Amino acid sequence: MNTIPLLTVLTLLPVPAGIIALSITRGKNLARHCAFAVSLISLGLVGYLWAAFDRSQGAMQFGERFAWVPSLGIDYYLGIDGLGLLMLALTAIIVPFAMLASWKIGQDTRLYFALLLFLEAGLFGTFTALNFFHWFIFWELSLIPAFFLIKMWGGPKRTRAAFQFFVYTMAGSVAMLLAFLAIYAATGISDFDRLADFARHGGLTDALFQKFGGGLINSKETPAILVFTGVFLGFAVKVPVIPFHTWLPLAYAEAPTGTSMILTGVMSKMGVYGFLRILLPIFPVQMGALQTPLLWLAVATIVLSAGAAIVQTDLKRMVAYSSINHLGYCLLGVFAVVRLTGDDPAWTIEKAAALNGVMLQMFNHGLTASALFYFVGLISARAGGLRGLGDFGGLRLAAPVFCGLMGVTLFASLGLPGLNGFVGEFLIFKGSLPLAFWAATISTLGLLFTTIFLLTLLQRVFWGPLESRWTGWKDLTLGERLTLTPVIALMFVLGVCPQILIGVVNPTVMRMLEQF
Amino acid sequence: MLAWTIYISFFGAAVLMFLPAARPRAARITALLAALAGLACALAGVVECRRAGGAGSIVDIANFSWIAELGVRFHLASDGISLTLVLLTGIAAVSGVLFSWNIERRAREYFALYLTLIGGVYGVFLSFDLFLLFVFYEIAIIPKYFLIAIWGSTCREYAAMKLALYSFVGSAMVLVGLLAAYIVSGSHTFDLVELAKYPFPVHFQSCAFIFVFAGFAILAGLWPFHTWAPAGHVAAPTGASMLLAGVVMKLGAYGALRVAMTLFPAGLQAWHNVIAVLAVIGIVYGAMVALVQQDFKFVIGYSSVSHMGFVLLGLMTLSQIGLSGAVLQMFSHGIIAGLLFAVVGRMVYDRAHTRQLAELQPMNLNRLMPFTAGVFVIAAAASMGLPGFSGFIAELQVLVGAWSAFPICAVAAGLGILIGVAYSLRVIIKAFFAEDAGHSPPTLARPLLPISIPERAGAVILLGATLLIGLCPGVLLDLITPALHSPLMQPLLRGAGQ
Repeated sequence: MNTIPLLTVLTLLPVPAGIIALSITRGKNLARHCAFAVSLISLGLVGYLWAAFDRSQGAMQFGERFAWVPSLGIDYYLGIDGLGLLMLALTAIIVPFAMLASWKIGQDTRLYFALLLFLEAGLFGTFTALNFFHWFIFWELSLIPAFFLIKMWGGPKRTRAAFQFFVYTMAGSVAMLLAFLAIYAATGISDFDRLADFARHGGLTDALFQKFGGGLINSKETPAILVFTGVFLGFAVKVPVIPFHTWLPLAYAEAPTGTSMILTGVMSKMGVYGFLRILLPIFPVQMGALQTPLLWLAVATIVLSAGAAIVQTDLKRMVAYSSINHLGYCLLGVFAVVRLTGDDPAWTIEKAAALNGVMLQMFNHGLTASALFYFVGLISARAGGLRGLGDFGGLRLAAPVFCGLMGVTLFASLGLPGLNGFVGEFLIFKGSLPLAFWAATISTLGLLFTTIFLLTLLQRVFWGPLESRWTGWKDLTLGERLTLTPVIALMFVLGVCPQILIGVVNPTVMRMLEQF
Repeated sequence: MLAWTIYISFFGAAVLMFLPAARPRAARITALLAALAGLACALAGVVECRRAGGAGSIVDIANFSWIAELGVRFHLASDGISLTLVLLTGIAAVSGVLFSWNIERRAREYFALYLTLIGGVYGVFLSFDLFLLFVFYEIAIIPKYFLIAIWGSTCREYAAMKLALYSFVGSAMVLVGLLAAYIVSGSHTFDLVELAKYPFPVHFQSCAFIFVFAGFAILAGLWPFHTWAPAGHVAAPTGASMLLAGVVMKLGAYGALRVAMTLFPAGLQAWHNVIAVLAVIGIVYGAMVALVQQDFKFVIGYSSVSHMGFVLLGLMTLSQIGLSGAVLQMFSHGIIAGLLFAVVGRMVYDRAHTRQLAELQPMNLNRLMPFTAGVFVIAAAASMGLPGFSGFIAELQVLVGAWSAFPICAVAAGLGILIGVAYSLRVIIKAFFAEDAGHSPPTLARPLLPISIPERAGAVILLGATLLIGLCPGVLLDLITPALHSPLMQPLLRGAGQ
């Protein structure tokens, strides 16, 4: 379609740029500017894709495909639909935001910014690749820059945090790799869309049973369920789904601010993206069969993480748990959709609402959560590393703008109508209530808890009498205000005109549901 | 062309002995030239073979009568599998010389032994006459002993002796099996292709197979006969560890495939389940032991046992994809292990003068030698089996093969990969990125020497090879896959599906 392989250019551009940034020896300022400029170029490219994207159809666009390893049937295959485009946009927005947030990193600046660029390349690759082996390269390689970002620039417990993060995620990835290799051994297919076609006609269950059936495995469904579990683990650790979340609070809390922003803003979306792009199309039958336990996991994720957030005393950990909670809503939406309902159009509307909601929530959470981590980073930088809930109070008096903008972000996070967070959560609940009544009902508890801890945060940090030691508290500087302006503006814009996003993702949702 | 790899190496060794003993520099350059010429021949052979599309057939290089009374012929030939390993040998030889650049003591003898070893290895990979193969195999064993015993470190006499004894027991078993095959077939030839055609009785095959296979597999680090490997790797000087892990362990795996499995397919059928289990135990056990080592080099030594387990598991799947993965893993491990040993033995140990992780920890080496730290991180990522590097393509094929043949083993091997991730990260953190002493730069008695040009060149060659194969595996798979389709390989793929 295009003469220029835009997606390949977009994906690979940050890699040489990162290497150049690393080799600039003339001072860290140049490297920093260079990296930031490249992330803006990526943003521009994604903007071009956004403009050129054909909104009338949900099929893959900007596709590129050629044989990569012919003897194994592996293709270099990439393309984007509405979901892919949305994730590219999120990545392209969050990475420059995180770079600005990391502007003051003094130690090994060149390496830090180069790693951010490598991470960006990994994320772009993950959101565009459509062949398992092609996709897996980026999925795995994005871990290495993230590991070193935590390990080298993190807080006091950074070594353990980075180690846990890496090994935990790898455990999920190995399970997923084994599962996909089992599929490959049984079918010889590794393209996501071809696998989905194959699975839709029941071929996958049969092929897996033919390959692995016999002996102890005498039910036709068992091999497919086991394989599904393997793939599920890979994504569940990444999102994370409770009880696979234990790596997260430490990693998010120890990571430097800019890295936490990318971890929560984009990397956690890799997991949800996997649910939508891979699990839902390829394993609809297995997910349908396991719907009840899956919904329980989603409910547990929502309620327990919100409960855990309430009792945190460390601001960063609190925001980390709230992040799990918000992704729990995405899971609720995804798992509600797998209910088998036949072709009744009334159900299709609910399912479409839920899936639209999930995708919106992914984008909006990326925006708000990274902004929240940015604010927490600012607070602890000003307080000399303190970030306990009880360490502050009355900051509103000293820093009204700081308080106002963080307040906007907190309200966006708890889903106040008019701000971006509301639409996604509303659509998810609208769709899930009829589809999975009990789960959605219990999940509303999560909404309540979220309100409690976000308001507590606001109150304890900004309201009340100003402590004497914080009287000199600096309000947001011009640079910080400029950094935040586009993000806060986007929160308002998307809150008022969610069509901007829905217009892009809805055709994709409808297409997914048609093929379901 | 390919035969010159052998002749040049032996010729280089002979020339070295005539050089003046006091001129280590001349010895190094001679050795480097010989190794480079060997690599050039290997590359030329590969290019020629790809152009002629002859990877699938066995192309004769030299074939004339040697000991007519016994029917022994000097028969050199190549197919895609041997080409892959010849190429590996070429790369390992060049980088090994580059990482031996600092050898001052008896450099002439060192490089002469080194080239003799290389020549023997080339010979094994190119021999299609079993007697000739065995001769080259023995030629490769002797220099190993001296390289370790003279230039080695930690417990070098013990390690050298252990390695030599294991090797000789192995080759004795191989010899017994080969002679039995020669006698039973009565065909008065040692030619591999001819003997493979002879229908040996099944019960004879199961006896002979295990003799020959175990004989070779000892050298490939098959659990529980692996104990020579970590000790030998650790004691050997850097260049020799690189060859030991890089190509000598491949001799065993190659022999197991080319001789034991090809000659006795029915014996293979009888034993492959047992050996697959041993291979998986090797994968998991090697990884677990590596996880708790205190000596940096031992971590790499045990990781070799674990990675060679993948080769053996791949061979035992008896499927085309599993075998292809096994051969690719031989190549990949040769490159990656070579690189890891180079970092540990040459770059770190020769400068920090310790390999104990606990002593390396406070040095915070990523500040003192960033280049080394970068190389090690990439090499460890490759060793973990991350995609984009050669190890991934190899292990994934082995695992696909294993899913077809032994699903439980595939899961266990997955566990091995995960432990591999853990021990790799552990050494990355402990040896290079500990930072326990805060961010203050450590104080050393003397500043560390900078990384020299030969070291950089060697590291770049090896990193380039693993990345190239990881991103364009077709380069080697186009050699390996057709070779597995050749009539010689069909009997051992039979009856295993796919």
